[in-house]
Amino acid sequence: MGALQSSPGQHEYGDLAEKTGFSFRQIGVLHTRFKQLSHNEETLQRDHFNEIPDLACNPIRAQIVGAFFDRRNFRENGEGTVQEIGFEEFLVVMSHFRPPSLHMTQEQRESVRREKLRFLFNMHDTDNDGTITLEEYRHLVEELLSLSETLEKNTAKSIADAAMLEVASISMGHMEPDEFYEGITFEHFLKLLNGFEIESRMNIRFLRMDTTTLCK
Amino acid sequence: RASLPERGLLLLMVLVFLEGSVLPLGAASSPDVTHQANSDNHIVKEAGHNFTKKPFPVLSLDYHHIQAPFEISLWVLLASLMKLGFHLIPRLSGIVPESCLLIVVGLLVGGLIKLAGEQVPPVLDSRLFFLCLLPPIILDAGYFLPIRPFMENLGTILMFAVVGTLWNAFFVGGLLYAVCQIQPGNPSILHQLELLPCLLFGSIISAVDPVAVLAVFEEIHINELLHILVFGESLLNDAVTVVLYHLFEEYAGVGSVTVMDVFLGIISFLVVAVGGVLVGAIYGILAAFTSRFTSHTRVIEPLFVFVYSYMAYLSAEMFHLSGIMSLIACGAVMRPYVEANISHKSHTTIKYFLKMWSSVSETLIFIFLGVATVEGPHNWNWTFVTVTVILCLVARVIGVVGLTYVINKFRIVKLTTKDQFIVAYGGLRGAIAFSLGFLLNKDHFPLRDMFLTAIITVIFFTVFVQGMTIKPLVELLAVKKKQEAKRSINEEIHTQFLDHLLTGIEDICGHYGHHHWKDKLNRFNKKYVKKCLIAGERSKEPQLIAFYHKMEMKQAIELVESGGGVKLPSAMPSAVSMQNIQPKKLPPAKPAERALSNLPKGREEEIRKILRSNLQRTRQRLRSYNRHTLLADPYEDGLGDLLIKKQKMIELERKIKDMNNYLTVPAAPPDSPTMCRARLASDPQAYSMKPEPDSVPTIQVDLASPQSPDSVNLMDEFRRAEQQHEEDQGLMMKPPSGESGPKKPGEEDGSREHKLMRCLSDPGPSADEDEDEPFLP
Repeated sequence: MGALQSSPGQHEYGDLAEKTGFSFRQIGVLHTRFKQLSHNEETLQRDHFNEIPDLACNPIRAQIVGAFFDRRNFRENGEGTVQEIGFEEFLVVMSHFRPPSLHMTQEQRESVRREKLRFLFNMHDTDNDGTITLEEYRHLVEELLSLSETLEKNTAKSIADAAMLEVASISMGHMEPDEFYEGITFEHFLKLLNGFEIESRMNIRFLRMDTTTLCK
Repeated sequence: RASLPERGLLLLMVLVFLEGSVLPLGAASSPDVTHQANSDNHIVKEAGHNFTKKPFPVLSLDYHHIQAPFEISLWVLLASLMKLGFHLIPRLSGIVPESCLLIVVGLLVGGLIKLAGEQVPPVLDSRLFFLCLLPPIILDAGYFLPIRPFMENLGTILMFAVVGTLWNAFFVGGLLYAVCQIQPGNPSILHQLELLPCLLFGSIISAVDPVAVLAVFEEIHINELLHILVFGESLLNDAVTVVLYHLFEEYAGVGSVTVMDVFLGIISFLVVAVGGVLVGAIYGILAAFTSRFTSHTRVIEPLFVFVYSYMAYLSAEMFHLSGIMSLIACGAVMRPYVEANISHKSHTTIKYFLKMWSSVSETLIFIFLGVATVEGPHNWNWTFVTVTVILCLVARVIGVVGLTYVINKFRIVKLTTKDQFIVAYGGLRGAIAFSLGFLLNKDHFPLRDMFLTAIITVIFFTVFVQGMTIKPLVELLAVKKKQEAKRSINEEIHTQFLDHLLTGIEDICGHYGHHHWKDKLNRFNKKYVKKCLIAGERSKEPQLIAFYHKMEMKQAIELVESGGGVKLPSAMPSAVSMQNIQPKKLPPAKPAERALSNLPKGREEEIRKILRSNLQRTRQRLRSYNRHTLLADPYEDGLGDLLIKKQKMIELERKIKDMNNYLTVPAAPPDSPTMCRARLASDPQAYSMKPEPDSVPTIQVDLASPQSPDSVNLMDEFRRAEQQHEEDQGLMMKPPSGESGPKKPGEEDGSREHKLMRCLSDPGPSADEDEDEPFLP
């Protein structure tokens, strides 16, 4: 607790803790990391993320970084992207990965699920139009396969096609031959990943993080 | 459903075999007479020819010659017939789990043998059990172990396996000793019991048994987490059991255990566990490496899997390491690489052989348990037995509750009370405990018989009482059941996406957690290990593509098995097709246009109209990979429509033939029942069906992985040809290449099809059928 007393503005942390659900200790650790990433500046930019070496070999790096600058993830019902973010936004985005607490009612669990799935949806829906079109889905599959040396564009396309077909058949059931399936809406997305148990899978253990392990 | 006479016949057969098995087993004790007589005859014959010549034996009985294999076969046959029989009695198999029924059968058989006055063979002899009956079950479990949930819950499983078993052993052993020592005024046989034998008994009885758990849990279809927790615990506690057993057995004679011994025991545990896993992993890698070179001798591929695994088990047992852990490690390590190398048929063979052997083994184990119970030797002591049973239950409950309290502090998905109850209730004991008890030396442990009786009672209690009531309890408590949904391509995509996402977030946080290391391991695997252990091009195949190809294979096979769709699967027929999701681009008549460039305008228009209407109908019916159905529409409407469509096709064919063969349609018309070219756009795999009018269409699937040099070149050729077409071609109508003569296009396409159909690494079902048959008579 001694470390925390020297950290600035504990009342700030109180607000943040309430907004995001993190504990003071977690917020303190994340703040340290934020300062490390931003070289002690007030805001983070995209270039700062690109400096993280481990992130370089991640196939979906661009989308992850993009998610931090996407206003839809700031829980303020905003839209569009920003160029730089402050610590509060950083924390809000991170809070999507908080594990759900043990004692939760069914509605709370459902809302946590929706929130996490909404985050994923926003990552796929790059043009902000509320649906994931076939092109965006194809792009997603190509990104996932981009690490392999032999990228067969056609296979990626057919995988995406097959996946899209499956979503369409789950959500729409029967379609006339000249009907056109516009794209995956958020409701369809929920239905699709119904059995995925995202509330227990999309979590990071923020429990045990201390500054000694934070290295670049 | 079998009718009454059939059931009666089967029951009669079963009874006959029961009787039949008694006699040979009984005859085991009197083979000497006949043998003696035979040898007498021989001696007599050799002694001289002046003895009266006996008539030449036309038919003689020499049972002794084939006795051992015959008896084994008879037992196996009995076990299998029992399995058959149970499923003919519908209500019984719903209420009573199979394991209970089998034990009852074993009791009956043992009783029959005893009634016949013969000696019951020592069926649960420890060598037979540990070397022959147990390995198939463990291998089956290890090879098909779901790695992801296992690894995710490894910490929890290890806690339950190691700490839980230790707690059980000491609690039961210690308290039993205490109970035995009370009533000093009334000395009984129990007072002879020392502390160390008690602890030994405790360690034997405390291990959860994988065979019993598998047998019971398989029928209740519980959710994956609970299943893997209890099952994983039963597998991993073998190391603890082995160490404790040997430790106490060794020192029970001496009578005391020093601190040094305890310390050595701990080191021994680490050696046993880690050593077992290492031995298994080494054999697994050897097996994977061997499978890399089997592309020319596919028939013996399954053999490598079985032999390497068995040798891993035996090698571990040789050093007194944990054989079970070695077998699990071997199966789990070799599986991803072996499956990438072996052919599809070998994969099916391995799966079915493992399931068959493990099923027979399990059945035999339970029957033998019944037989061994009848034989004894028994020494019933009310106090000892009841106290044992009660202590086992209490220890299990306290252990699970206590451990869960600690474990929940570290888990993201906490274990609820319901989960804890199921984990505690699912702690069944089984034949391993009995065999270990059987192995005890009577000289060192004078109360061995009492131990055996108590062990059998506990086993019976857990298997019968807990086994029978767990199903209704699961229903009552509304425990989450196993998700029946098949793995879909979307889930796979999102699983991978989530993995990468979480790894990325961890990197951003600077937290080297669980995902980070998993990602590093995956990258190491991809970069170095896969290159060594997987043959050819498959080593670079990303997981998503491999999964996708597997799905397509499954779909193709399902299509063939369903008779080409004559019997529709009752799954939800969804009528969404490729054209629904493709944005509307070019008019579908384009290929026809190209084809008919040399025709007079009027005819062209007519043909175009016909082709367009047929193409559209095809398009709307063809489904690409869809997890519910993969059928062409004609079958939906039944046979009547089929004929109408056939007529239309005949008409079309006539019209086309009029046009001087400018357009040859080597592919069958779209709605013909024989030709469903369910092909995804520019996909490396191609399904093509034989043009046989009224029989089951055969699909020959050409895998993208080039398993023979020929297939690579031809696939490329085919792919190149395809890329000329538009993207979403539902139907492959091959337009002739411009000015070519009448016969050529058909020939060319035909021969290409020939080549495709022949280039399979396994001989297809109809490799030599006549492929030049016209598709319509």
